[in-house]
Amino acid sequence: MHAVVAIKQVPDTTNVRIDPDTGTLIREGVPAIVNPYDVHALEMAVRLKERFGGQVTVLTMGPPKAAEALIECVEQGADRAILLSDRKFGGADTLATSYVLAGAIEAIRAEGPVDLLLFGKQAIDGDTAQVGPGVATRLGVPLITYAIEIEAFDPLARTAIVHRRTELGVEVLETALPALLTVEKEIAAIARAPLPNLVRAARYRPEVWDAAQPVAFDAAKLGIKGSPTVVGRAFTPAAKAPGEQIEVAALGLPAVIERALTRLEAAGVLAAGPPSAGGPGGGP
Amino acid sequence: MSGAPELTAETGPRRIWVLIEQQGGRVHPVSWELLGAARRLAVELDADRAIVEAVLLGQDVGAIAQEALRYGARRVHLIEDPVLADYRNLPYAVGISRLVQAHRPEIFLIGATSLGRDLASAVATRVETGLTADCTELTIDPKLQILAATRPTFGGNLMATILCRRHRPQMATVRPRVLPLPEPLPPAEIRGETRGEVVRAPLGLVEAEVPLRRLRLIPGAERVDLEYAEVIVAGGRGLGDRDGLPLLRQLAEALGGVLAVSRPLVDAGWVSVEHQVGQTGKTVRPKLYVAAGISGAVQHRVGMSGAGFILAINKDPHAPIFQIADLGIVGDLYEVVPALIDDLRARRSGGDDGR
Ligand SMILES: Cc1cc2nc3c(=O)[nH]c(=O)nc-3n(C[C@H](O)[C@H](O)[C@H](O)COP(=O)(O)OP(=O)(O)OC[C@H]3O[C@@H](n4cnc5c(N)ncnc54)[C@H](O)[C@@H]3O)c2cc1C
Ligand SMILES: Nc1ncnc2c1ncn2[C@@H]1O[C@H](COP(=O)(O)O)[C@@H](O)[C@H]1O
Repeated sequence: MHAVVAIKQVPDTTNVRIDPDTGTLIREGVPAIVNPYDVHALEMAVRLKERFGGQVTVLTMGPPKAAEALIECVEQGADRAILLSDRKFGGADTLATSYVLAGAIEAIRAEGPVDLLLFGKQAIDGDTAQVGPGVATRLGVPLITYAIEIEAFDPLARTAIVHRRTELGVEVLETALPALLTVEKEIAAIARAPLPNLVRAARYRPEVWDAAQPVAFDAAKLGIKGSPTVVGRAFTPAAKAPGEQIEVAALGLPAVIERALTRLEAAGVLAAGPPSAGGPGGGP
Repeated sequence: MSGAPELTAETGPRRIWVLIEQQGGRVHPVSWELLGAARRLAVELDADRAIVEAVLLGQDVGAIAQEALRYGARRVHLIEDPVLADYRNLPYAVGISRLVQAHRPEIFLIGATSLGRDLASAVATRVETGLTADCTELTIDPKLQILAATRPTFGGNLMATILCRRHRPQMATVRPRVLPLPEPLPPAEIRGETRGEVVRAPLGLVEAEVPLRRLRLIPGAERVDLEYAEVIVAGGRGLGDRDGLPLLRQLAEALGGVLAVSRPLVDAGWVSVEHQVGQTGKTVRPKLYVAAGISGAVQHRVGMSGAGFILAINKDPHAPIFQIADLGIVGDLYEVVPALIDDLRARRSGGDDGR
């Protein structure tokens, strides 16, 4: 069994702050983490390896610093890590990103069969959820987004049964392998990394692939050049003019409630209640 | 007007497309919201030549095509095929990409639902164009005459306006309830001059080519229609204790609304994520949103700032929620909410007696 997991190093958006004067992101001191969904994708791959044997390859496109994220993945159980890094890749939108990842995965498949491709549901820096579907489309493999469970996995028969969450409920899908899954956190709970992994990771150096080697990418499809979308403008969300503010401590509770009901009535939002709500004293 | 009379790229229609999302014959209302937006964009883009068209795939969905015309589509591109009975990425993406290549729309809007997000990226990749996800605002850039798609990034801390200058169509997804639901056109208008047409196209793909089957659907245990609720009463960490939830439920009942929460209450396991409003929850657009004990972090606000009237109840006069509230009550929710419930109930029974 060979699973390939695509991971991305992202700033921990829980700690992102905006400079109020410039309206730009303050990146200093913001820790870089492996995109949380990708950690669960990797965990799923490691579980499958434990059950069926085989190997797990992790892959990321990013700056040299993203090697740190790959080493964390080796700690978690990845056998091989590939860093796609080249200045020509820089500034890629999701179309250009999926081009590079798909090209790299094709090169990995040329070395030997791959059974499963695992991606996070979305990367928390952009929340686009586009890269996984893009790669599946380019590779021509079945796509299952929002996967929450692998019910059955049969590398010999080359089929799997996967649960996928939608607004209507949980879809149970049977797919041919290899397939590409984008996963929710429920797909696998994170286990603590065993000591031998930590030892191995401490010495491990990811392979670095650039725009020419070992895959000769088409320069026109890379980075900014290969990205149809551009950011026209970035700004902090506009603040709306604040409304009326009243204090219980100043006006007293009855006056505040009366004012509130007057405002709600004037706004026409009080009529929405069911006419026979059965309030006290509502009987005949 | 001085150019050649034949239909060239300069004189032909400029198509704005909207995907009509349906599953099992039920249309997702975000489709109508997008048609409303498309009609507005058409006027902004080119009142003479821009036309709004719908794209509809499925099996036995002819009635939905008619409804799309009522919501303002001038033409519906319809593919009906048994292969399309259940949504699956491949046949839908193939069918839609072929339509795009045949008709070359300028703009293509899709709902940011689990189906829409799954599909939009596959289509954008096939036709090699740009796609902007989860937009909160769509306009036409007056100078460039292209779509300006605005979306939150970095966890809602920053807004970015995305442009797709040279590739077509310019694709965007928009979450349900970010845009207002338009009124359908009166039937007279469909029969009159603005009547639209339904154009059928073949799928060009057979079942044997689809490597994925839907075995079954386990329906959601609890379906919470927060997105389309008219009145929402939302509680946050200020509740302090899960025992405070019934109080908010009572207020919701008294107002004829439903209960929602901020994320910490979901994280604490008090309620399921279906009730969560915000960036990683739902976008809502009720007429009335009551925020009790919610500070108003940006990730919460992006999910509810489209509400018609926001009533905030918070002990802290400097809570950010007050910046967007129409009415802010500075006080303890455990005092204010019971008093509100009492008054609302008194009113209701008083109103009934008066009739
Ligand atoms: C990537 C990311 C995504 C996120 N997505 C979401 C999301 O989708 N939805 C979401 O809600 N959050 C989201 N968050 C979390 C968000 O940043 C805030 O932490 C969260 O919204 C705060 O919830 P709160 O307002 O309930 O709690 P707090 O910020 O703790 O506010 C509690 C408020 O209650 C008031 N209060 C306390 N006691 C009382 C009382 N007795 N009476 C009246 N007022 C009282 C306090 O003054 C305070 O203002 C996200 C965060 C990140 C980083
Ligand atoms: N630069 C990248 N390198 C490797 N994988 C990526 C990269 N960007 C996105 N991904 C993968 O695609 C998923 C979705 O990302 P996104 O479409 O950006 O929200 C992530 O969870 C990763 O699995």
